Amino acid sequence: MKGIAVRLEGLSKYFGRVAALRTLDLDIHAGEMVAFLGPSGCGKTTTLLMVAGIYQPSSGAIYFGERRVEHLHPRDRDVGMVFQSYALYPHLTLLENIAFPLRLKRVPADEVAAKVRQTAELLGIGHVLERRPAHVSGGQQQRAALARALVKEPQVLLLDEPLSNLDAQIRLHARGEIRRLQQDIGVTSVLVTHDQAEALAMADRVAVFSVGELQQFASPDELYARPANTFVAGFVGHPPMNLIAGTFADGAFTAGPLRLTLPYRVPPGSGTLGMRPEDIALGGPIAGRVVLAETLGREVLVTVETGGATIKMLADSRPVGGAPIGIAVDPARLHLFDREGRRIVAQAA
Amino acid sequence: MPLLPPRWRLVLAVLLLVSIPIAAGVVWMGLTGIFDRVHGLVPVRPPSLDNWRFIWEGVGGRPPVHVPLLNSFVFAVVVAVIEVFVASMAAYAISRMSFPGRRFYLGLVLVLHAFPAVSLIIAIFYILRVMGLFDTLTGVILVKASLGLPLGIWLMKGFFDNLSWEMEMAALVDGMSRWTLFWKIAMPLVRPGLLALGTFSLLSAWGEFILPFTLIVSSNKALMSSYLQSFLTEAFTDFGIVAAVGLFYTLPVVALYLLGQRYLLNIYGGGVKG
Repeated sequence: MKGIAVRLEGLSKYFGRVAALRTLDLDIHAGEMVAFLGPSGCGKTTTLLMVAGIYQPSSGAIYFGERRVEHLHPRDRDVGMVFQSYALYPHLTLLENIAFPLRLKRVPADEVAAKVRQTAELLGIGHVLERRPAHVSGGQQQRAALARALVKEPQVLLLDEPLSNLDAQIRLHARGEIRRLQQDIGVTSVLVTHDQAEALAMADRVAVFSVGELQQFASPDELYARPANTFVAGFVGHPPMNLIAGTFADGAFTAGPLRLTLPYRVPPGSGTLGMRPEDIALGGPIAGRVVLAETLGREVLVTVETGGATIKMLADSRPVGGAPIGIAVDPARLHLFDREGRRIVAQAA
Repeated sequence: MPLLPPRWRLVLAVLLLVSIPIAAGVVWMGLTGIFDRVHGLVPVRPPSLDNWRFIWEGVGGRPPVHVPLLNSFVFAVVVAVIEVFVASMAAYAISRMSFPGRRFYLGLVLVLHAFPAVSLIIAIFYILRVMGLFDTLTGVILVKASLGLPLGIWLMKGFFDNLSWEMEMAALVDGMSRWTLFWKIAMPLVRPGLLALGTFSLLSAWGEFILPFTLIVSSNKALMSSYLQSFLTEAFTDFGIVAAVGLFYTLPVVALYLLGQRYLLNIYGGGVKG
């Protein structure tokens, strides 16, 4: 089983006058796992359902390889899908659930039995196949849903929040397992999630959505190191990036009494400065006062009140509350955004 | 058995008091059917089978009882089957699909449900005459089933509304057409609703009187209700036989209630469980 490339061209979806998705262009490589990341109502699930064939796009085209599919019924698209609620058929046993897609394709009975058995073993649910969904654990239901999606060896695997109904511990395990499985069989996959940790950990590339628009489509590293705009900057990364509104002028950024030297020349005007909590160090020229210290385990998240802004930073040890404190940030690690929130790239000198 | 708290004992007493007239009616029917003669609720002659002679002979020129019995049976079963199938298909469409006029149709169904059917009887009579269905079992079946549909559609819509959308999406992705999905996924999952509606319409059709009484005139096509009524219109009414026929007519209903009460309760619970 080998995946195929998926291409979305000028795809949009309107419900009445409400735009769920505005013109989206996206290229997904064969065998790649792409995550659609964003808060609820950002259009990520709508896009997935259009790829699956549940929704008809209002405009645009969807290609699976060279085949144009947006007008096809889901059954003619060769996709497998796992839903958030797993959507197993409650009146059928796991075996019947997993066998269903094959039986619909009129695959011979002995072949169905063999494939169901094989897929179930692969996912470690071979011993509960005779039970109904209500009588197995959440993790087993999730695997059964995955088995049902994979058993017909689809060209594209669609995962809609497949992990969000699992306990935290199983979730971490399932995350790695799905990724390993996906790489083993090489099926092109799309994962919809609102959990950035999940998206960054599992996907080759991540498409970040907000209010019906694609914000950035890049590798997890790129997304973290060079967020394209303030939305991505604030959404990706935990704890989130500090975003401070202020003014760029004369090679410096000013927000009230806060003044920082910029790493490169920037057109003057108002804008936003971003700095990640992990890029800020204790002991430095920016004067402030500790207002809150939260232990995260390995590190302490410290909230520092400076004259111009409230800044969150990660420290190794817990500072004294209310004490005056100095912090520093490496100018090279600053993120600069213009008035519209777009990243300002350093100009070649 | 644990004793009821005083407040409930009071409620129980009131309920028992209110139920006495109904209970008395049933007791009267039982006694009058069994004993040759009853004064009030007191039998004054020994029990006899004379009242039950309608079972083995045609009484007073009427056809033997198996004729109306069979008619009623066919009537009730066919009405129930039509109602269950048509109502579930209509309800599925209303619950799951968006089409022009859906809201209007929903409102219309609700209004029709509240509409007193008897007020239509003249019009129905006329329409059946024109269609050549007057004085046929088919005609009454169609009328009874149609009048029961609004309630059935609303009932089934409630059951279909409870099904998860994601499951239907999964079925589509798995390769089902809307039609297979309806039969293989949706219908099995609303089984409690189908059984409830089936039992309910079966009972309602079994007890139907006005429609068969007005729309069927031939005595060999009569239903049990008209057959029973025919004993009441004689110059001298033999209450013994009326009670016996009444008992005979009631027994299948009691049996069905005992079998189907679990499903009937679902009408009011209105949910899919398990």
